[in-house]
Amino acid sequence: MDSIRLDAALRQLKFRDPLVARRLAEAIAGTVGEIGRSPVSVMHVCGSHEQAIAKFGLRATFPKDLNVIMGPGCPVCITDMPEVDEGVALARQGVIVASYGDMLRVRGTALSLNDAQAEGASVEVVYSAAQAVQLARKTDREVVFFSTGFETTAVATAAVLEAGVPDNFSVLSAHKYIPPVMEIVAEMPETRVEGFLAAGHAAAITGWGIFEPFVERHGIPVVVAGFEPLDILAGLARLVELVRDRTPRVVNMFPRCVTREGNRRAQERLWNVFRPVGGRWRGIAHVPNGNLRLRDEWARFDARRRFKIDLASLWDGVPSTLAADCICGDIMSGIASPDDCKLFGKECVPDTPVGACMVSSEGTCKIWHQYGGHPDLAAL
Amino acid sequence: MCLGVPGRVVSVTEWTAVVDFWGVRREVRLDIVDEPVQPGDYVLNHVGFAIRRIPAEDIEGTLAMYEDLIRQAPADDLMALDVRGEIDGTGRRSG
Repeated sequence: MDSIRLDAALRQLKFRDPLVARRLAEAIAGTVGEIGRSPVSVMHVCGSHEQAIAKFGLRATFPKDLNVIMGPGCPVCITDMPEVDEGVALARQGVIVASYGDMLRVRGTALSLNDAQAEGASVEVVYSAAQAVQLARKTDREVVFFSTGFETTAVATAAVLEAGVPDNFSVLSAHKYIPPVMEIVAEMPETRVEGFLAAGHAAAITGWGIFEPFVERHGIPVVVAGFEPLDILAGLARLVELVRDRTPRVVNMFPRCVTREGNRRAQERLWNVFRPVGGRWRGIAHVPNGNLRLRDEWARFDARRRFKIDLASLWDGVPSTLAADCICGDIMSGIASPDDCKLFGKECVPDTPVGACMVSSEGTCKIWHQYGGHPDLAAL
Repeated sequence: MCLGVPGRVVSVTEWTAVVDFWGVRREVRLDIVDEPVQPGDYVLNHVGFAIRRIPAEDIEGTLAMYEDLIRQAPADDLMALDVRGEIDGTGRRSG
């Protein structure tokens, strides 16, 4: 193996080269010009894509006729309020609730896990499902892992269950599955998505072949892209070509991590432990097969079956009037941008978020607040 | 939560590996990755689990793809020459 060359590439130097970025941006502008109408709308479905787009100011390089919409790609944001409520209720019922850090500040209908913690409930931040299991091994108390995230993260939850967990460990699954929500968004009349940029790491698990039936049904091209600035620009360059040529198909622009079949071992683990069920995604819609729940074989470790979750105790609070003005749902559906929201940057800021999009590091509003959404480089 | 991060494997025990992420070493689980992983390999990681061993030839493929997309760069573009020189240079050093 040519290790030094590989090393250099992986140090990202090649994936951030400004010259290449400029050329790719020109290629995108050229193709969008050839399409000759406005706007050409494409959607990504990944918080990591939006982070890279905002962090590296890529939006400033997009031609004005290209609308790159942020889809429902933030797992924290689309976790539905009743799911957060379940976590909060369990924490207040005296079990230890462990979850990924971003989840603590997301409010359910009344409270967040942070609020529960402030009241004295045991809430722990973990970096990995494996860490939640370690936590359970160190205590006699019940530990509930409030597991959120898309298929990539669900695989990790499945792996720890299959590897064996102590009896005091259980899972409150709020995992979501991306392919079904693409079906929903593709049909939304307000959005009119002409192409999808699919998330590279999720496709590393599922394989790019999973998008083929989707492309066939909807006639919308899908390009799988990685997360470096050049990965995204190259993905968009290819995607607008497919739009221009009216050739809907799946193109894999992240071959260093994604194959057609994906990671079979991971898929086996995922579907051994989880089954898809319909459910609400916050702000989006009811998504058939969009939620992942534990299979009956794992009922013993399913927090929903182990505990009687007392949700009624949460619902005495009156909902905030600010929340009524929050347009998180429209932002996650790709209908609106953060600067369309009258709360953005005023009542709603990262320290005191109103909506979930301002909470998570993968939320569009938080990202735009941090890096700016539409930097006007020409004005500098 | 949702970032996939590549790192270089330093050492491997049965189900875990120590992986170097640009100077930061972390333990990652190998339950999910679908190929044997050895020290020196690069792996894509997600929430503490390796999800993919990144083959060297695929890295090359991605770079070639970029090359392809910018092949219209003028022949006298000095920066383009520099980039290509650098890629060739790293190749030679390791050869």
